[in-house]
Amino acid sequence: MATAVDNIAARYQEALLDPSLPLVQAWKERHPGARAVGVFPVYSPVEIVHAAGMLPVGLLGAGNQLEIAYADARFQSFICSIIKSTTEMALTGRLKVFDGLVFQGICDAARNLASVMARNLPGMRVEYLHLSQNQASPAAEDYLVGEYRRFQSAMEELSGRRVTEDGLRQSIAAYNRVRALVRVLNGLRARSPELVSALECYLLARLGATLPPEGSAPVLESALVAAQGRQARPKDRVRVVVQGSFCEVPPVELISALEEAGCYILDDDLLLGWRCYEADLPTEGDPLRSLARAYLNSVRFSSVRHGLDQPRATDLVAQAKQLRADAVIYLAAKFCEPALLDYALFRQALEQAGIPHLFLEFEEKMWLVDKPRNTIETFVESLLFD
Amino acid sequence: MQYQGRIHQLQRELMGRYYAEVTRVATSDGPRAAYLLVSGNPVELLRAMDMLPVYPEINDLQLAVRKESLPYILEAEEFGYSTDNCAYVKADVGIFLRGGKTSYAQIPRPSLLVCNFVGCNVYLHWFEQLAEYFKAPVFNLDVPFVRDLDGKPEPGDVAYLVKQLEQLIEIAEKITGRRFDYQRLKRAVALARDAEDLWSEIKHLNKSSPAPFDGYFDAGTLMAPMYCLRGTEEGLHFFQEAYREVSERVEQRVGVLSQERFRYVIEGPPPWPYYRTFRDLFSRWGAVAVASTYSTVGGTWEWGFRHDPQRPLESIAEHMMLHNVSNRSLLLRYEQIRRYLEEWHAEALVIHSIKSCRLFSAGQGDMLDYFSRGLGVPTLLVESDLEDPRYFAEAQMRNRIDAFFETLEHRRLAKRAPALKGGAEPGEGAKV
Repeated sequence: MATAVDNIAARYQEALLDPSLPLVQAWKERHPGARAVGVFPVYSPVEIVHAAGMLPVGLLGAGNQLEIAYADARFQSFICSIIKSTTEMALTGRLKVFDGLVFQGICDAARNLASVMARNLPGMRVEYLHLSQNQASPAAEDYLVGEYRRFQSAMEELSGRRVTEDGLRQSIAAYNRVRALVRVLNGLRARSPELVSALECYLLARLGATLPPEGSAPVLESALVAAQGRQARPKDRVRVVVQGSFCEVPPVELISALEEAGCYILDDDLLLGWRCYEADLPTEGDPLRSLARAYLNSVRFSSVRHGLDQPRATDLVAQAKQLRADAVIYLAAKFCEPALLDYALFRQALEQAGIPHLFLEFEEKMWLVDKPRNTIETFVESLLFD
Repeated sequence: MQYQGRIHQLQRELMGRYYAEVTRVATSDGPRAAYLLVSGNPVELLRAMDMLPVYPEINDLQLAVRKESLPYILEAEEFGYSTDNCAYVKADVGIFLRGGKTSYAQIPRPSLLVCNFVGCNVYLHWFEQLAEYFKAPVFNLDVPFVRDLDGKPEPGDVAYLVKQLEQLIEIAEKITGRRFDYQRLKRAVALARDAEDLWSEIKHLNKSSPAPFDGYFDAGTLMAPMYCLRGTEEGLHFFQEAYREVSERVEQRVGVLSQERFRYVIEGPPPWPYYRTFRDLFSRWGAVAVASTYSTVGGTWEWGFRHDPQRPLESIAEHMMLHNVSNRSLLLRYEQIRRYLEEWHAEALVIHSIKSCRLFSAGQGDMLDYFSRGLGVPTLLVESDLEDPRYFAEAQMRNRIDAFFETLEHRRLAKRAPALKGGAEPGEGAKV
């Protein structure tokens, strides 16, 4: 029987996955003259965009909702889906709803995509951020503050509105609220996965990456209350952590298939950039410095941030142990170089720690998930009858 | 008949000595090895630290040109790497798994891994993983990518990098147990500057017709001394010899090919496992690469940048950040190619798209569109790989290249055809 949380997630599912971005279109219609900025995964200081009076929106590909007709001519066969589907959205006019686009150096393909966008979308403001990859350097913080200040000027220029320190602190507070709700929701899932599914958590987090925080927070609050009140008994499922999908998002059918095949997904790294902080950011003091410190010191591990303080494989093993997971499913986007490179180390560490794991690749354009479902079912059975 | 001049012989001798030193360091208590990456590297600093620079990418390509890379790659895939990962990384992990053994040298364990993060994100993963495998210290030199569309640095970028270089010096002092010698650094930087002068001159000499050397295949020969031995007397001597030879050829109007029929610019790294085969596919058409983007991964010295012994760290930082193709955007690369086409008098562009290196290849379809449709430059895109021999399909490659040059030839004939048929503009005599 459908419950309140089902309804909330389902109500938005179609609109969230629609590559024509109807929720953003609707927001712009309700706010004549207001601007929207698309931000490519993973790490973007969306608070700065918001403080400039614009709507930051996650560019999360087109899933299996868009046939690639033009982008294959721009990017080769060995480039991942999200690069191509985002290009396809651009070449078919679907990104016209945006006034600016933001990219960061998460991988070589994403960086080159920024150039391709700049050339193919005349008039679009395309910003590229270089986030520090030497977090051990005492100079990194000042550098990153400078980079965010540059970005702030660009956003002010685009919106025609000056960003004040107070305004930016308010935006940080607004996103703190959304992130805290997503964090609580995910905490609930980790403790009682029968109460809220991975798919619901993903859709609700995606809502936070699409609507302004003032719009998404109340929905998330309702969903959280509904999930907490849900009557459900734990099933005999395998408890897993899903890792490797921090940028490109697997089709919802595949997320569902993972759960239907007998897994409780205790945690994952879907939409990582939108929920990467383990705690609220300070809303006092220099807000640009707060953002810089948060990126340098407080974000959850990922394959596109090279802190060097501790191997990421150690983080993954610790996470699996802390959540008392039975297994790890490494779900990597096909051709995703950062995820595929990391797998080599993750695999060794998981084996050494005695944690069973399954490697799966996905593409956005997967319409049929029977094959991965069979693979997962076999994996689950092997664990249940071990 | 292709050019087989003194520089090739000299390069072989030079690299032979370099790898003898690499082996010596691996098998004795000689100076310590520091791993470094090719793109926009700060080798002068390592030279001044008396550490031997060891380049995994160059080690890998040595395997590839000897057609020995595949077993190393397969070993890394067995270990956990994907078929879709960079084959340079995999070959290098293969070298690690085989205890540093190769047919051309014993590769030493690193005392320090200097990850000069110049554009390539794979570099970060690569050295992070080597640090895990070797249990060796790694230092990420975070080089801000050029964000400005005119290729200028943002305020604070260079200072940020200089501070990291100073931090690296402190780390190296601890590892080597010696105080850093700034006079030695200035000397290394001055030697680098002199070699850069000559390398730049050599590149400009290729504007001549016939081109005295191939700006891709022969430039590849010159790249190794530029990266392995920049900042040394030996490296400078090599470039003095190279300049002498190339300028003599220009004076004597001796081209790299017996007959130069096509001048093209080429983009992307070469297929090292099939280097000679690939070269022959162009030579047989009388096609010479007059310039290449690949030969600028270490530096775009032909546009005027030089290291400066009066401000050694600042100029090292500027070089790493601003003056190499790897740390600049795709759009700045379009501009670089456009200038090559124009100033080096080329009529076509060849894009060699390789699977391993997405820094180069991601978006090359857009590049094709820009040059072909946008600027009307005949452009060919072919695909293979720089390290993995499994991706080179010789017959298909030959067909594509043959078809391209046939088309170029037809275009020339078609331009002449009206004159031959007497169809010239009124008042013009028919000319052949």
